[in-house]
Amino acid sequence: MRVTQGTFSYLPDLTDEQVEAQILYSLQNGWAIMVEHTDDPHPRNSLWEMWSPPLFDLGEDEVDVVMREVRAAREAFPQQYIKLVAYDRSLGRQTTALSFIVNRPDVEPGFRVERQENADRQIRYTLHAYATDAPVGQRYGVNGSSTSNGGKRKSDGTGSAE
Amino acid sequence: MAESSTDGKPKKDRWASGVTPYAEMGYWDPDYDVKDTDILCAFRITPQEGVDAIEAAAAVAGESSTATWTVVWTDRLTPHEHYQAKAYKVDEVPGTPGQYIALIAYDIDLFEEGSIANLTSSIIGNVFGFKALKALRLEDMRIPTAYVKTFPGPPHGIVMEREYLDKFGRPLIGATTKPKLGLSAKNYGRVVYEALRGGLDFTKDDENINSQPFMRWRDRYLHSMEAVNRASAMTGEVKGHYMNVTGATMEDMYERAEFAKEIGSIIIMMDLTVGYTAMSSMSKWCRANGMILHLHRAGHGTYTRQKFHGVSFRVIAKWCRLLGVDHIHAGTVVGKLEGDPAMIRGYYDVCRQRYNKANPETGLYFDQDWASLPGVMPVASGGIHAGQMYQLLHYLGEDVVLQFGGGTIGHPMGIAAGATANRVAVEAMIQARNEGVDYFSEGPDILTKAAKGCPELNAALEVWKDITFEFTSTDTADVVETPTSS
Repeated sequence: MRVTQGTFSYLPDLTDEQVEAQILYSLQNGWAIMVEHTDDPHPRNSLWEMWSPPLFDLGEDEVDVVMREVRAAREAFPQQYIKLVAYDRSLGRQTTALSFIVNRPDVEPGFRVERQENADRQIRYTLHAYATDAPVGQRYGVNGSSTSNGGKRKSDGTGSAE
Repeated sequence: MAESSTDGKPKKDRWASGVTPYAEMGYWDPDYDVKDTDILCAFRITPQEGVDAIEAAAAVAGESSTATWTVVWTDRLTPHEHYQAKAYKVDEVPGTPGQYIALIAYDIDLFEEGSIANLTSSIIGNVFGFKALKALRLEDMRIPTAYVKTFPGPPHGIVMEREYLDKFGRPLIGATTKPKLGLSAKNYGRVVYEALRGGLDFTKDDENINSQPFMRWRDRYLHSMEAVNRASAMTGEVKGHYMNVTGATMEDMYERAEFAKEIGSIIIMMDLTVGYTAMSSMSKWCRANGMILHLHRAGHGTYTRQKFHGVSFRVIAKWCRLLGVDHIHAGTVVGKLEGDPAMIRGYYDVCRQRYNKANPETGLYFDQDWASLPGVMPVASGGIHAGQMYQLLHYLGEDVVLQFGGGTIGHPMGIAAGATANRVAVEAMIQARNEGVDYFSEGPDILTKAAKGCPELNAALEVWKDITFEFTSTDTADVVETPTSS
């Protein structure tokens, strides 16, 4: 299956050039950029891991700064989902403006629907991601994580690659 | 400015028994200084032959506030000047002899806090049948911040709904299950499943699907939830089906809503036909139970469509934002139902903006500050298809639910294929827009290009390529600017 979260999942995977065009659009709107990754694709998982602190205050000529982060995240987690999130802080929005997947595992086993039969023909449903049967960092094969600490996080927020 | 009433007879004492013209009883005050806390209304009035426009406006002010047809001494037990609505401006509509726009101010004390039922009982209560008028239309209403703050607003609003769905940066897409009537619960679930797994975010009960002999509500809900959960597993996305909880009584509606919650639905819907009090009650319930609330505007065309009589939809939209719904049907521009582009822009602005500037082109007579009340997601539904995606994005923007009922279920390759066609079309259009492409003029090319890698979209473009609904709108902006002061 294909997890179709994110704005462009029904299109062919975006090329780097196409990703750059979306980053440029985001920077032109004055949005902050975040790169996030996960190996828990449950649709209600709203807290993917932050690859780095959000990239605030980037100029329109700094698309490459974001792309460096994207590439570094892909290198660290080639078999995880990675998404690029553009964030709009403006009054009344204060939320995500655009969010799309820029990396996904080679194999996506998908979800099992678990049904608990109850009285009156009611059924309690639970979605179970097959991948999450394995512990964090060991999902989606050995390349789900590059390092034993689940991938390095940067803390300076400057956007420079490690 | 029209002439005030003068019939040559000596003026009668204000308080003498009998009939005194409304304008002379205090319901006309051209020097009135509008207060920030006043509710303001713009009425389009068409007086009967021989009825003076100012007297007609004063009559509307009188009958929608304190007055009756004759003088009553009991007025003198009250500070009646305070409670009287005041018509303060009357202008003839340019190019339309016999029609006038009257602006009327109502003191906030006339209305119960947080009650659209009470507000509407006053303002559209008796006056619309008033004999001295041929026709009357409530064009717009300015709700002061002090009154806005007495309303709950949407249970979630646009931002919270998007965060809950985890869907950003594109219109949401949905479909209404078709045929509207007659499907059994299992067949119904099939349509829901196919549409959702194919790529739609939402499916929807139709407004007239409640609990009929061919399919009772409980069976429909159960089969729809199976479909929603299966589709969610197939895609890894949050999906929803609007369970219509419209019923004969509030007790029925609560029972259906509670059941929808129990079985895990994230969204329910109701019809405008249930009335303002029932809608307000469901809004309160949805806020308490974390349920997204969709409103279908069933019946509105009976009073919103004609330009000379009724209530404009922009006013209905304001009332619904105040009483609190998360979705409201607000027009498509290009689909099968009435809708002038400029008028619909006005409705969408009312739903989504933090602050509406008065704009005669879009029918907004007043500035309206929403005082941080969350926005309502407008819904475009009725005769739209993937081939119109560039027009839909251009006219309606990004914060909208596009509902392709026939445009999904009628797809030649099946329901899921129809859903995929719509999803690919919307994502391709957003991608192109963000890349700086002039997507409105290049829309057909963008779709054709996207269809090269997507046979589902290709088939949709082929089958519906010539379908348009080109009819003249009945409700349009007045050609020349109409009054905009507040």
